[in-house]
Amino acid sequence: MTAESGTAALSIEGLRLSIGGHDVLHGVDLSLEAGRVHGLAGESGSGKTMTGLAVLGLLPHGSRVSGRIAFGGRDLLGMPARELNQVRGAKIAMVFQDPATSLHPMLTVERQLTEHMGHHLGVGRKEARERAAGLLAKVRIPGPEEALKRYPHQFSGGMRQRIAIAVALACEPEVLIADEPTTALDVTVQAGILRLLRGLCDDLGLAVLLVTHDLGVMSAVADEVSVMKDGLVVETGPRGQVLREPRHPYTRSLLDALPVPPGENSP
Amino acid sequence: MTVPLTGPLLSVEDLVVEHRTPGRPVVRAVAGASLHVAAGEVVGLVGESGCGKSTLARAVCGLHGAASGRILVGGHPVTPLGLRRRDPALTGVQMVFQDPYSSLNPRRRVGAQIADGLRTAGDTATEPADLLERVGLPRAFAGRYPHEFSGGQRQRVAIARALAARPSLLIGDEPISALDASAQAQVARLMRDLAVESGAGLLFISHDLSVVRLIADRIAVMYLGKVVETGPTAEVWADPKHPYTRALLAAIPSPDGAGVLPAELPGDVPDPADPPAGCRFHPRCPFVMDVCREREPDFGPAACWLHAPESSSTP
Ligand SMILES: Nc1ncnc2c1ncn2[C@@H]1O[C@H](COP(=O)(O)OP(=O)(O)O)[C@@H](O)[C@H]1O
Ligand code: SF4
Ligand SMILES: [Mg+2]
Repeated sequence: MTAESGTAALSIEGLRLSIGGHDVLHGVDLSLEAGRVHGLAGESGSGKTMTGLAVLGLLPHGSRVSGRIAFGGRDLLGMPARELNQVRGAKIAMVFQDPATSLHPMLTVERQLTEHMGHHLGVGRKEARERAAGLLAKVRIPGPEEALKRYPHQFSGGMRQRIAIAVALACEPEVLIADEPTTALDVTVQAGILRLLRGLCDDLGLAVLLVTHDLGVMSAVADEVSVMKDGLVVETGPRGQVLREPRHPYTRSLLDALPVPPGENSP
Repeated sequence: MTVPLTGPLLSVEDLVVEHRTPGRPVVRAVAGASLHVAAGEVVGLVGESGCGKSTLARAVCGLHGAASGRILVGGHPVTPLGLRRRDPALTGVQMVFQDPYSSLNPRRRVGAQIADGLRTAGDTATEPADLLERVGLPRAFAGRYPHEFSGGQRQRVAIARALAARPSLLIGDEPISALDASAQAQVARLMRDLAVESGAGLLFISHDLSVVRLIADRIAVMYLGKVVETGPTAEVWADPKHPYTRALLAAIPSPDGAGVLPAELPGDVPDPADPPAGCRFHPRCPFVMDVCREREPDFGPAACWLHAPESSSTP
């Protein structure tokens, strides 16, 4: 695969964050490109999730943040709340480990898919409904028309995560941040979601930030891999290089700690 | 342990467990499952969520009655709790649950909770701090409350409490899935080491196949209420027989940096209230044959018509 280093869809530069006086991020640099999956690895507590939340401006109370998050020629940090709202959830969308985080239990799937379309895309009800059915088909929910009328609890865990992804795609985002999107799922279901994410990235030209602790998942879908430790990115590079010839001792220690030594299964 | 053992420590034979909810069809969550665990052996029970792993585990602990079939622990039949006080089969069974946050009492010091286990075993020589040490925690932590521990530490405390009762059979129902990735393999190894050291059997339930591979001597693969394949872990890994086992293993992405998307198993687990006729896996099986739709492959070690023993081969 030729890594054309086009312009970044989103770039994080020197991102620092402290929450309640406790330093969480110490100057994170990350760059996402359209049509590419950038994997972010590292143990829990290393700052992966906070990096994603900072991009969306969803940081907890008492957060102090500095650095730059460049998107569409502007800095998201310090953008007025009203403008940031236009970007968040529309141009930049997020999917979480637990689909319940992004799905409302009392609203039909149709309602959740179409809710912000009028506002962000300027489409009418009928078109919104057609788009919603199209999105469900895109994430391969069987019987999309029928599924629109149902509620989240009427679907299995894997289907709910597909619906959460459809909701994230509803306003045609340019950037998708997926935080451990398959961690709670069975491997068989995970395989389908990974294929879906990869396909969406390729077909729609999405820039994807995939946060996962699972280096197998990383290896399957990421183009670039960054490894975080204690609030810093310690290594970034193409997937093959980071997973096969890690430069940083911490990356090596993560690979050495795997239950199945890498390469053991490969021919 | 006072029970002299002949045969396996745990025998689950043709177990059927049903969930009944008023106004809804009966869910046969365990539909004729068989499983054995020997003393000192670690058996990993794997399968997709909803396939009946927890229900089976809870039946072994006497928390669910069996509709039919048998559960023997140390040769004694297990009866559901409440039917008989202090079932002799159950005194030797301890369970560690998925959620270390809810399985410990938040209001009591962990030392006191471990002491309960020691009392169950009539152990007056061991101190709670000794057990904390065995699970890799400082002795002084006995005076702390559960909220003062991280998730991984709490699960260690839950394991210490379970071990205090000197179980002959330890059951872990997804004991690592709520933990950090970094803690998962460690806690799984710890459970294995401690169980094997004490001569107990361990039934380790997980949907994480790579961890099961790491610690289990044998694995049992469950699908829609049935154990469809059993065998020594290394053998099953190297040469999975049942198409479902093959699909499960093929779905694990390898961290080799090659960028290969894992194979997908199409379709969802069917509703256990309305299982498919014949082989339960047939609607999702890439090798389905006519016989599969009609007759249930009711044999082991791989319950699949492609692997029928001579005696039950297809007509
Ligand atoms: N208390 C219950 N009442 C009704 N149905 C249940 C109950 N517990 C589990 N089930 C159903 O039984 C089946 C097996 O569930 P479970 O044993 O929890 O599977 P696993 O542990 O493998 O995920 C599922 O269809 C589940 O929905
Ligand atoms: S019995 Fe038939 S349908 Fe079932 S797993 Fe074997 S080949 Fe597939
Ligand atoms: Mg379970």
